[in-house]
Amino acid sequence: MPLQAYLVLAAVLFAIGLFGVVTRRNTIGILLGIELMLNAVNINLVGFARYNGDPAGMVFTVFAICITVAEITVGLALVILIFRIRRTVIADHLDLLRG
Amino acid sequence: MSLEPIVFWALAVLLVGSALAVVLTKNLFHSVLYLALALTGTAGIFLTLDAEFLAAVQLLLYAGGVITIVVFAIVVTERLVGDRITQTSRHLFNGLLIAGAVLVAVLTFVLRAPLPAARPPLEGDVTRAIGLALLTRFVLPFELLAVLFLVALLGATYFARPDD
Repeated sequence: MPLQAYLVLAAVLFAIGLFGVVTRRNTIGILLGIELMLNAVNINLVGFARYNGDPAGMVFTVFAICITVAEITVGLALVILIFRIRRTVIADHLDLLRG
Repeated sequence: MSLEPIVFWALAVLLVGSALAVVLTKNLFHSVLYLALALTGTAGIFLTLDAEFLAAVQLLLYAGGVITIVVFAIVVTERLVGDRITQTSRHLFNGLLIAGAVLVAVLTFVLRAPLPAARPPLEGDVTRAIGLALLTRFVLPFELLAVLFLVALLGATYFARPDD
């Protein structure tokens, strides 16, 4: 398979994740969309690393995966905290900062 | 004609299908399960790219860890029975417009760029190369990652602490 095939697949996955982030109303659903987008980027990184014969891209993917795990942990802790205060996780109802 | 294109296309169809299910299904819990499928499919893509170590990391951290904590968060914030768990989507047209625009922009760039068509032969063990790079060339980010994990651990515990 040429490298383009992997890049096109990753671009399609990224677009699907972006669609989810924009359209989901539940905060957890938005986080799932972000996961999909980060995952698509990882496919790109590994593809470039393999086709250029440089392990740096794969090391970067290890970092990306670890940082994503930290991000989703803090994100979900925030969602739980918001739910405890507002009793909702629907993003449209979280308008505390609206003037 | 090798087996590789067949495996790639099967994984690509699985990935795109499960990703669409993640963003389109009404039930949030099903959404998470489809995300697990998509992340497992990505591990398969990593295998076709000769990155066995990354496929293992992907399965352990993503498909194992992330899915578990997302399911926990859903259990805490939703009732598993009843209609609370259904979720609706809004701005479908705007979402299609934005996602489509990004997709077209990236694809025009990808399809025009001069990219290597064939992969170079493997030089030695990929896992070994990753480990060596991680602890020599990238040792500073590696240590910073430990700090980041500490901060994330403290932050998550602080946010989710029980009420005084």
